[in-house]
Amino acid sequence: MELFRIHGGARLEGRKSLTAHKPTQIAPIPSVLHIPVQQHVGEPAEPIVHVGDHVRKGQLIAASKKKISAPIHASTSGKIARIGDHQAPHPSGLPVLTITLEPDGKDEWTDLPPPIDLEKATSDEIAARVSDAGVVGMGGAAFPAAVKLNLGQRSKLETLIINGAECEPYLTCDDRLMQERPEKIVLGIRAMMQALRVQKSLVAIEGNKPQAVAAMSRECAKAIGIEVVEVPARYPMGSAKHLVQALTGKETPAKSRIADLGVLVHNVGTAYAVYEALYLGRPLISRIVTVSGHAIKNPGNYEVLIGTSIAYLVDLCGGMTSKPDQLFMGGPMMGIPLPDLDVPVVKGTLGVLALKAEKMHAQPVMPCISCGSCVIVCPAGLTPLEMASRIKHDDVEGAAKIGLNDCISCGSCNYVCPSHIPLVQYFNYGKGFLAERAKEKSNQERMKALAERRSKRDEDRRKELEKKHEEAKRRHAESIPQSGLESAT
Amino acid sequence: MTTYAPVPGGPYMRKNKSVQRSMVLVMLALLPATAYGFYLYGWPSIILFSVTLASAFAFEVVCLKIRNQPIQIFAFDGSAIVTAWLIAVSLPPWAPWWIGVLGSAIAIVIGKHPYGGLGQNVFNPAMVARVALLISFPLEMTIFIKPIPIISEMAPSLGDSLGIIFGGASYDAFTSASLLGTIRTELGQGMVISDILRDSYQPLAWMIGNATGSLGEGAALLLTAGGIFLIYHRVITWHIPVSTIASIAIIAALFHLIDASRYPDAMVHVFTGATFLTAFFIATDPVTSPMSPRGQLFFGAALGLLIYILRTWSVYPEGASFAILIMNALTPMIDRYLRPRIFGRTYKGEPLKSEKRP
Ligand code: SF4
Ligand code: SF4
Repeated sequence: MELFRIHGGARLEGRKSLTAHKPTQIAPIPSVLHIPVQQHVGEPAEPIVHVGDHVRKGQLIAASKKKISAPIHASTSGKIARIGDHQAPHPSGLPVLTITLEPDGKDEWTDLPPPIDLEKATSDEIAARVSDAGVVGMGGAAFPAAVKLNLGQRSKLETLIINGAECEPYLTCDDRLMQERPEKIVLGIRAMMQALRVQKSLVAIEGNKPQAVAAMSRECAKAIGIEVVEVPARYPMGSAKHLVQALTGKETPAKSRIADLGVLVHNVGTAYAVYEALYLGRPLISRIVTVSGHAIKNPGNYEVLIGTSIAYLVDLCGGMTSKPDQLFMGGPMMGIPLPDLDVPVVKGTLGVLALKAEKMHAQPVMPCISCGSCVIVCPAGLTPLEMASRIKHDDVEGAAKIGLNDCISCGSCNYVCPSHIPLVQYFNYGKGFLAERAKEKSNQERMKALAERRSKRDEDRRKELEKKHEEAKRRHAESIPQSGLESAT
Repeated sequence: MTTYAPVPGGPYMRKNKSVQRSMVLVMLALLPATAYGFYLYGWPSIILFSVTLASAFAFEVVCLKIRNQPIQIFAFDGSAIVTAWLIAVSLPPWAPWWIGVLGSAIAIVIGKHPYGGLGQNVFNPAMVARVALLISFPLEMTIFIKPIPIISEMAPSLGDSLGIIFGGASYDAFTSASLLGTIRTELGQGMVISDILRDSYQPLAWMIGNATGSLGEGAALLLTAGGIFLIYHRVITWHIPVSTIASIAIIAALFHLIDASRYPDAMVHVFTGATFLTAFFIATDPVTSPMSPRGQLFFGAALGLLIYILRTWSVYPEGASFAILIMNALTPMIDRYLRPRIFGRTYKGEPLKSEKRP
């Protein structure tokens, strides 16, 4: 298939060989699970169980009432020990409402809904089942998946792109999934195509995963309309908009959605979760996580129950060889820092990485030499050096004028900068600042609107009173002379 | 009032690259052409080169001390050495020692640190030095010599060389004018190009660098090899060198077509003078050239035009350094107007029009 050029991009050191050849192992059930009620983009789910309740595996424990939200299920059977704040993997580092489950070790399933009959199922039924199963985007973004399956009705879609690019270094969870369970992924893709009413699906896999390409190609050949496309290993190929551009040549206009181009992107992991929800009736209660980095004794891939603590996972890998210099969740380019190991695995956890300084090439920050490397690699077409220098000089607005809000925080600029300037940290600060200000502004506007409404209401009331008053006066005035006249006549 | 405070977080991985590494690569890239220059011009050129580099390092350390900057980090970033190297290779190979020292002083003390040091200067420090020297010491800066390979009988010994560089010993027997200088002078005397170049039209010798000129500017092929090495290692991109050379070649060819008796052909302009040194090593200085590929293409094209104009009509037949300074001054403006296109937007920054879908 013909591929299209994407703007910018960097060739990264993959470092995937640490785990790419290791089969996924099923992690045993830990002694305690901390399951946050918000593991997705959107509104948190609301707990529907109480402390002391016994729950079974797969049972709904927190329901979603809002449109953009996802329900949460018990990862195994056991007792609800606590409902309260707990550390969660979130950039803010703030604790999140969390349901603590003490497993009883029986791992007893709740009564699962029967498999969906895809011959007869409507789009809505498929989307509803996926929604009930709490499936979210498994590529890290964790956007409720069902919302993106309902789009078929509103926009006319042509192509479903399945993102198996896995462009971040170290991570191999999608690679392993595609190697080990390709037939299930393909079943998931077919169901999604049916829900979206599209005839064509492209599975994009970076060329550095030949085994995944082979396995998926073998399975896709058996299905109609699904094609595997090998894409170059060029970061950030897995960014949805860039993947769409590489595969279709279409560039998503600013402020538009990819769906407006007739294309939709879902992750391979999501396709697998959709398969489990539809064919087995199982909610999303586990996922594959890559545990890697040179500070981990035996790096590997584990299928882990949601809520398992990172510490437990690291122990499964034989612990740390030495104190890591960086510990984070996700890939090294866009991952988020972990305060410590007492944080649970959530639906969007791709990996847990413990890196050593010598492998990160951390070096002292030097002044910008305007080498332009950051400009060349920026996939968003920005000028990172200028934005950073404006932010540094307290001119966040100036940075916004040259596109700060178009930055996708991919970190490519940061990766190539020979002066080791922490560019992304500037941008995150700048974006936080702009978001804060936008919120303040909208608050102010709300207040202003409120005040205006109130003064208008007062005004109206005053006018009404005046009118009544006038009326009364007139009537009074009319009545007097009339009576006068009357009396006169 | 906002004050920037870094937000902790990734990325946690970097390319194994540094300013120092880039500088070392630039030096490596310059090495073949420079070594060839040493071969052609012998001991005096080696002494001048060493004096220039050593003094630049000393000035750098002094400036960093005065500005209270960490010497450990900055003195060894290699930038001062590269600057001095570029000055040295663009000097007449047997210039007196103080020309080299003064050049380093101007570049480092005036051209670099007053702006804030590494990365902050508006003008290419090496070219600031060269232009200042050209204007102040036109005589010393234009006494070129014929190539006399270091291995030949004629070449001065180490002792003689010390005398030439430090003692002002005369070497009139060896001097010669550069080709561009000759063309300029003889055109002025009413001769036509074909007569001027009758004996000296030797494109092959020019390409190799076996022609009168500055220490390291002649060896077009070796400089090109160095440039390709830098492009391969992503220290520079192809945009500036290609657009500069192409621009000079096209303009020269055009004028040659118009009047071959007054305007030498493209070969002369491309392969003599400092064209290759300028295109690959000086115009590509990251600090003083545009940041985006579009800007760089424009920069190179305009630079080629300016070099041609200055060589042809100004009093300085070696106009490249002036042209560089002018383009350096224009760089902030180029950067403002020739930005890359933002993903999903037009060059003006408006969202792309979405195709209407049913
Ligand atoms: S990559 Fe770094 S040094 Fe180069 S221009 Fe960008 S910010 Fe400056
Ligand atoms: S982090 Fe932002 S500015 Fe840097 S390369 Fe990515 S999109 Fe461009």
